[in-house]
Amino acid sequence: MSATTQSPAGKQPGTGKGTGHASSDGRTVTPANATELVSWKTGIGLGLLAVLGTVLFGFLANTKSAGFRIAEARDPNASSAAAWVTLAVALAAVTYLGYRWISQRRKGRAVDRWIPAATIAAAVVLGLAALGVAGVEKITVPSMALGWIAAIVLLAAAGYSCFLTLQGRRTPGWVGGLFAVVFLVGFMIWIVAGGRDPEPSISLGGLMAGAVTLAVPLVFGSLSGVLCERAGVVNIAIEGQLLLGAFSAAVVATVSGNVYVGLISAAVAGALVSLVLALVSIKYLVNQIIVGVVLNVLISGLTSFLFSTLLTENPEQLNKPGRLQAIDIPFLADIPIIGPILFRQSLVGYLMYVAVIVIYVGLFHTKWGLRVRAVGEHPQAADTVGINVNRTRFVNVLMGGAIAGIGGSFFTLVSVDAFSKDMSGGRGYIALAAMIFGRWNPIGAFLASLLFGFADNLQSTITIIGSPVPSQFMAMLPYALTVIAVAGLVGRSRPPAADGIPYVKG
Amino acid sequence: MSEKTTPGPQAPGSNDAAEPAEMQVPGGVTSEAVASDVVLDTAGGQMPPSAVPAATQRRSRDRDGGGSVLHEIFTGNVMVSVLSVLLAIVLGGILMAVTNPKVATAAGYFFAQPGDLLTEVIRPYTALVQGSIFNWAGTDLGAQLYPITETLTVSTPLICAGLGVALAFRAGLFNIGAQGQIIFGALFGAYAGFAWHLPLGLHLLVVILAGLVGGAVWGGVVGLLKARTGAHEVIVTIMLNYIANFLLLFLLTTPAFQRKGSTNPISPFLDSTALFPELLGPQFRLHAGFLAAILATVVVWWLLNRSTIGFEFRAVGANPNAARTAGINVARSTILVMAIAGALAGLAGVAQVSGTEKYLSGGVAATIGFDAITVALLGRSTPWGTFFAGLLFGAFRAGGVAMQAQTQTPIDIVLVIQSLIVLFIAAPPLVRAIFGLNPRKKKTTTSGTPGPRTGGVKSGAAV
Repeated sequence: MSATTQSPAGKQPGTGKGTGHASSDGRTVTPANATELVSWKTGIGLGLLAVLGTVLFGFLANTKSAGFRIAEARDPNASSAAAWVTLAVALAAVTYLGYRWISQRRKGRAVDRWIPAATIAAAVVLGLAALGVAGVEKITVPSMALGWIAAIVLLAAAGYSCFLTLQGRRTPGWVGGLFAVVFLVGFMIWIVAGGRDPEPSISLGGLMAGAVTLAVPLVFGSLSGVLCERAGVVNIAIEGQLLLGAFSAAVVATVSGNVYVGLISAAVAGALVSLVLALVSIKYLVNQIIVGVVLNVLISGLTSFLFSTLLTENPEQLNKPGRLQAIDIPFLADIPIIGPILFRQSLVGYLMYVAVIVIYVGLFHTKWGLRVRAVGEHPQAADTVGINVNRTRFVNVLMGGAIAGIGGSFFTLVSVDAFSKDMSGGRGYIALAAMIFGRWNPIGAFLASLLFGFADNLQSTITIIGSPVPSQFMAMLPYALTVIAVAGLVGRSRPPAADGIPYVKG
Repeated sequence: MSEKTTPGPQAPGSNDAAEPAEMQVPGGVTSEAVASDVVLDTAGGQMPPSAVPAATQRRSRDRDGGGSVLHEIFTGNVMVSVLSVLLAIVLGGILMAVTNPKVATAAGYFFAQPGDLLTEVIRPYTALVQGSIFNWAGTDLGAQLYPITETLTVSTPLICAGLGVALAFRAGLFNIGAQGQIIFGALFGAYAGFAWHLPLGLHLLVVILAGLVGGAVWGGVVGLLKARTGAHEVIVTIMLNYIANFLLLFLLTTPAFQRKGSTNPISPFLDSTALFPELLGPQFRLHAGFLAAILATVVVWWLLNRSTIGFEFRAVGANPNAARTAGINVARSTILVMAIAGALAGLAGVAQVSGTEKYLSGGVAATIGFDAITVALLGRSTPWGTFFAGLLFGAFRAGGVAMQAQTQTPIDIVLVIQSLIVLFIAAPPLVRAIFGLNPRKKKTTTSGTPGPRTGGVKSGAAV
């Protein structure tokens, strides 16, 4: 137990090879590392997963091949031009980043934390661009052989981790990363090969693009959670904020006849839910979790009631908002796979990227962010240096609500063009999970949301192609992952210290 | 940034035992009663406020602390509860009035005939009462009394699950997971009910036992994770709700659970020996599960107020650090209380499959698990409070169905009223402020001696 109760800071001896968790911790080097007991949790966890992987991908493998279609572009000429440019840019990026990585290591300095991740991302883009240039439309792989290779790699990684633990050393981050990637690839190949067709295949581009689309409300919701919880207010009401945002966007956009007004009203509606949350929990000091849970019920009842009484009576005048069309960014949208994901989005989709970057930079690289985090970690100290704790919290909760509200507008303005009862369908809770999985970090929350969106989309895709796994288990995946994450089996996610505790001055 | 100065409230392991919580004594700094209550409740800003505010328990006991009995009644919790319910009903009425097209016309000549407007608003509430307590339009006594038996039937699972949530609340745990625990209880109970064929009497006992075990397993997992790894129970329970739901949906497609010859995801009917006996004959749905709910309430009352482990639960809920220092095994209490809470929710699941529904389907838990949270909050987490809150919400549910049928008012209004009630009850100062009942800066804080602030001491390295 002693090692596992350690904060994440202890896990990352300053080489900076840590995974994506870029909060302010991770700098400290614990001198006692060498003599400390190392937890067996990682080794055992990886070992179990490796055995599972071996059974699934190896012994239960299908003899069929698995096909992955690369997104087919609309204009082949434009596409290939875009692919060439991307290839060049990605090549330059990989070279530069790789050079920095190696040179920093040679000089014996700690490598900047963002470099490995950025290099890998650039390499992935490079690979995709190369596929686009080569004009590959479909990759077909033998599932049996690759399944066994994946199983062996998984077992090796788990064994290496156990070996390190025996030696009293910690498992470095890259082993976990490699394990995750190999597991995911092996799983995908296994799932696809289990399809009904004699030569089953799925569209990789469609899968990715769909994942991002499904992730949009999750990203907004989890960002709302990050903003609130970093300031020390637990926001369970994300679900309610999404739902009221969706409702308000639909009604206001229909009444005003303008989708952009609807979008703004969604933000206002989300902030309104937050206002109640902030008022009751900050001013009247009621337990924040209670307020959140109750608000979700209230919003669900309120919107369902109004939907049944007003909206169904009069759908033409109240529930026909129209759509926010997808906006192509010329040229860039034609890059294979990445293009449609990044550059063929609705306004809400682009706002999502902006929000992630702005909140990340704001929280971790500005004075404002430092203050917010101080309020969330140690309000007494923050108060002592003259920060108004409760005002900071109030403002943050309101901002969080507005952001979740915009996420809610996605339901009625982008994905479906009318409001229906409880249409957020528990995504607020998944957003909460994504925030925790992403360790209260905007980038982490974004990636976790993408993972959950991916699982969601994969589930519907494999239901279509038929699969060896019952779709209910795929649907379970995000929730199971979250339980594993909060139970500390995959790293340790630690909430801000003052999360959920109201601050009473004096 | 200094992140390590204050251990997190839910920091796992034995770390916090080593350093007893350094209390921030609020003495005399603020005169407002609310602030002192919260400081008391949060152990001086070390942990989130509990579901049952410390003030609730204190006020009801030491009445000697100044103020007449009359004053106590008017500013006390009973008054706040009653006012909360009233306020919620009025707000619900306004909502119905605003959205009712007939009211719009009635409001046109409001000043001429204010009665019409009132009638339109009162009509749904009349239907609600008619559908939940006594139907004076019924032809015979049976039809007249049918609504109240329906209320009791609907209340049964609400009370059981609500008790589970309330018990966990008292131990300082937010059990949002009643939904999943109900599903597991129903799953286990139903399987024992239709797959095994046992003699009369024994079969029902086995079914109940299976349901209790099912719920206890699903609740115990939460307690185990919380005690061993420090995983926050709110997150874990929310996630386990979904997992239980998907598991149920999956199982209902497997041959072991799906009804023979049916394409729908529903289980076979439970054996007649596995059902709760009907209390008032076949024309009423009321079954002996309600008696089980009463029994459960008594047991929980005894457990909390008369038993050693109940005392331990409450001590852990009030302040886990203090409880640990006093020699209470907090980890054991956490696991145990979650298992018992799960078992109670499991009983609710049994009441559903073995009493009301008589088979297992995907919607067996409906929204009972979430309603149970509001029930426990309304009942202020006391066993009998939860019991009566369960009856009230059961009446809302049963009456809501009748209301929707008679006046076309959507049943969702019940959700709105329920959540408003809980919101108001959770924030007594808000209600007091609305009704102008706030005690004007009466006695200063009752806790602790006025002393220097110690809260900032440990933060010496901060910023």
